[in-house]
Amino acid sequence: MNVDDIKVFEGDLDSAVPEGPIQQIWDDHRFNMKLVNPSNRRKYKVIVVGSGLAGGSAAASLGEMGYNVHCFFYQDSARRAHSVAAQGGINAAKNYRNDGDSIFRLFYDTVKGGDYRSREANVYRLAQVSNNIIDQCVAQGVPFAREYGGMLDNRSFGGAQVSRTFYARGQTGQQLLLGAYQALQRQAHAGTVTLYPRTEMLDLIVIDGRARGIVTRNMITGQIKSYLGDAVVLATGGYGNTYFLSTNAKGCNASAAWRAYKRGAYFANPCYVQIHPTCIPPSGEHQSKLTLMSESLRNDGRIWVPRQPGDRRPAAQIPEEERYYYLEEKYPSFGNLVPRDVASRNAKAVVDAGHGVGELQNGVYLDFSEAIGRLGKQVIKDRYGNLFDMYTSITGEDPYEVPMRIYPAVHYTMGGLWVDYNLQSSIPGLFVLGEANFSDHGANRLGASALMQGLADGYFVAPYTVGNYLARVGADTGDSAASAPEVAQAEAAVQEKIDKLMSINGKHSVTHFHRELGKVMWNGVGMARNDAGLREALQRIPEIRAEFWENVRVPGSAADLNQSLEMAGRVADFLELGELLALDALHRTESCGGHFREESQTEEGEAKRDDENFSYVAAWEYTGDGSTPNLHKEPLKFEYVKLTQRSYK
Amino acid sequence: MKLNLKIWRQPSQQAQGQLVDYQLDNVSEDSSFLEMLDLLNEQLIENGDEPVAFDHDCREGICGMCSLVINGVAHGQDREKIKQVTVCQLHMRNFSDGETIVIEPWRSAAFPVLKDLIVNRTAFDRIIQAGGYISVSTGSAADANALPIPKKKADVSMDAAACIGCGACVAACPNGSAMLFTSAKITHLGVLPQGETERYQRVVNMVAQMDKEGFGGCTNMGECEAVCPKEISLDFIARMNRDLISAAFRGISPTV
Ligand SMILES: Cc1cc2nc3c(=O)[nH]c(=O)nc-3n(C[C@H](O)[C@H](O)[C@H](O)COP(=O)(O)OP(=O)(O)OC[C@H]3O[C@@H](n4cnc5c(N)ncnc54)[C@H](O)[C@@H]3O)c2cc1C
Ligand code: FES
Repeated sequence: MNVDDIKVFEGDLDSAVPEGPIQQIWDDHRFNMKLVNPSNRRKYKVIVVGSGLAGGSAAASLGEMGYNVHCFFYQDSARRAHSVAAQGGINAAKNYRNDGDSIFRLFYDTVKGGDYRSREANVYRLAQVSNNIIDQCVAQGVPFAREYGGMLDNRSFGGAQVSRTFYARGQTGQQLLLGAYQALQRQAHAGTVTLYPRTEMLDLIVIDGRARGIVTRNMITGQIKSYLGDAVVLATGGYGNTYFLSTNAKGCNASAAWRAYKRGAYFANPCYVQIHPTCIPPSGEHQSKLTLMSESLRNDGRIWVPRQPGDRRPAAQIPEEERYYYLEEKYPSFGNLVPRDVASRNAKAVVDAGHGVGELQNGVYLDFSEAIGRLGKQVIKDRYGNLFDMYTSITGEDPYEVPMRIYPAVHYTMGGLWVDYNLQSSIPGLFVLGEANFSDHGANRLGASALMQGLADGYFVAPYTVGNYLARVGADTGDSAASAPEVAQAEAAVQEKIDKLMSINGKHSVTHFHRELGKVMWNGVGMARNDAGLREALQRIPEIRAEFWENVRVPGSAADLNQSLEMAGRVADFLELGELLALDALHRTESCGGHFREESQTEEGEAKRDDENFSYVAAWEYTGDGSTPNLHKEPLKFEYVKLTQRSYK
Repeated sequence: MKLNLKIWRQPSQQAQGQLVDYQLDNVSEDSSFLEMLDLLNEQLIENGDEPVAFDHDCREGICGMCSLVINGVAHGQDREKIKQVTVCQLHMRNFSDGETIVIEPWRSAAFPVLKDLIVNRTAFDRIIQAGGYISVSTGSAADANALPIPKKKADVSMDAAACIGCGACVAACPNGSAMLFTSAKITHLGVLPQGETERYQRVVNMVAQMDKEGFGGCTNMGECEAVCPKEISLDFIARMNRDLISAAFRGISPTV
């Protein structure tokens, strides 16, 4: 891949945003949609891949409407999808606090927080349906935190100036997912949804230009099998694990999205990766994943490092005047609550300058001593008890006594498959939901907005837009797709790849290559990127990939439960996606949100956008293995939110 | 540190299994129990052997995927026995250099072994399918604050809803009972006003399904509560039994 060979296409991407005032278009659009007669819905088969917030809610809702839904996921139960791990909360524009919140303000904050790289119409709709989500979840029995009077409690999250975040202790994702999971199980019982646990999607079947099915591997028996339908919905999560170490679950993967890309779905903005500032730093080479410490900790913890580089005294022995509260000093009005990307970059800067703390000098302090002094230990315990316990069991240190050590880690991917206003990809009939699409967060996602987006997509957007699509194309009741040559061809391609992986029989485990890729990604395409570093990554990644295909060892049999084989397929895809990610980062010479190009910063060292040249979505089209992909630009217009340079000073 | 591991190996559901000995050196005290197994597996792979299969995903103690019996205790135990955690949160500093560690899968008739340390827990999903929900379809909800819920009730509901469905309770119970799991869901939904309408049918159906799946009865041993990483309380079982009796008085019988 070569950045100088990119072929650019402008004006050929149709975002399908209806005309009209932004407040009105979703209602109008729904009214203009074609409906499927309820008694006919059973004839339409919808394949949903993913059972997280996005997939679970979509499958359940489509099932309730009467469609014939088939839902696939790689865990043993739909309840374990990675959405379960979200801690902090979910945003909604309810304005229950009467603090000036509104749909428009949530919309405005999301566009601004995303550094003006998202599509206004999608974000507005997200803010609109956010309120329905909370209603729906409460009705399902999601035990959100409440005040003594019995009303729902809210908190301010991630630097928002209003309290719009709903939460269920430190387990919001778990509780929302259980709501969607239970709705899904209800439909499984009713017979509208069929569940396929431990089943991995390995390819997309496209017939006559329409997405018509998927090829899967049964992870217990190894059987390769296709499933056909009238539409395919992908809700398979993000690609953060490209970096090896991230806060994602070990099984999180990009394979479904990546195989769809290789079948013609455009991949948008892959370089927009969110690096979360408050994670526990790695403790050595054995590290297999990183653990997030909820952002809410920044409400009471103060971040500092020793002013003197290389100062290795224990925290307690460093006197107050020798502590460098770098966020409070640099950003007096936001202090420790600056947005994630700003907090992360500053942590990297101080650690790179030798101020790092801990055995490996790879962290910064998050100190609660002042808050404990002011509020008492019990209050802090009530607020963060679970997180403190988790920190202790991982590090063996007690944060009530010594400051926590934190460092940024890869957390969320704003990029993903390109979708239009209907959440339909560039392949008709392929809809993409949740973290797997690119749509709502621009170049940076605000805290507590991913859960909102997943459920908005799944409960309140896709069920309508998928229905509209089905009504227009009609059901394939005779299953004509089954005999199409594309089915056998896709199955054969999957089988061939598996056979290849099994036969290499090289020297190193899959993890070995994944770790290598992770180092290149983190160093070259991490928190701060520059031309030389990106070019080096673009050279290294294909080398690691070539080495992988020559020297990986996948033991055991393909006709069996084989975790090495599962990982091998996923890592093979990360080795390709990583390259596209680096290419996208290299081509975008501006800084925006989570994408920080050292060449493009303000005098104060903040990210500097280049709206003149980069106010577009970069949607990449696959053109063959190793060959430079085509770039389709979707221009971004801002009619409702005024473009400003973000400043948190 | 150096460890002697005795690990259950079983090629498939049908095959016989056995404990196999492994020696592992250079284990960091800071690594988690699963990272210790990662290290073993990398060595096995590089030596041309088959790695040990075990379930895991989030490695943050919340997905409920990890499921190992360590030295006879579901999820193992930290040295000071301060707090029960999932095995992905258990760290090697709780073990000593030279220690022998026995690692086995969940054992229960309702959770057949699929391979090595991986079991099939779909029986839990079927218990939920029998009634572990509030029947409200998308789009039909009233405003979330239309129905105030006393904080105390919401808190009890949340205590019960914290269950991660890992199945340690079943693995620890001498009868292989799933009462703790089932009662947690019944309490989560049953204490809330939204869950009241279906309260008795729910308990009857879920318990019927639980019995159908081959889980044993509860004889109040309390082993389940002792290993639960989420502190799910035995009180919920008592509550479930009271609901069952009330349902019987109302003449409600299972519909699953
Ligand atoms: C530690 C952590 C904390 C977070 N906290 C917050 C928070 O407080 N607030 C917030 O808003 N957001 C938070 N996020 C982000 C948010 O949780 C996720 O973005 C969101 O839950 C993603 O949901 P999803 O449905 O798109 O995907 P996921 O929940 O990741 O689900 C993916 C689904 O796809 C399936 N799948 C994947 N690949 C395949 C395949 N090849 N074949 C078959 N099935 C497949 C999986 O089995 C799974 O069911 C957090 C994220 C992390 C990692
Ligand atoms: S791996 Fe998720 S709870 Fe242990």
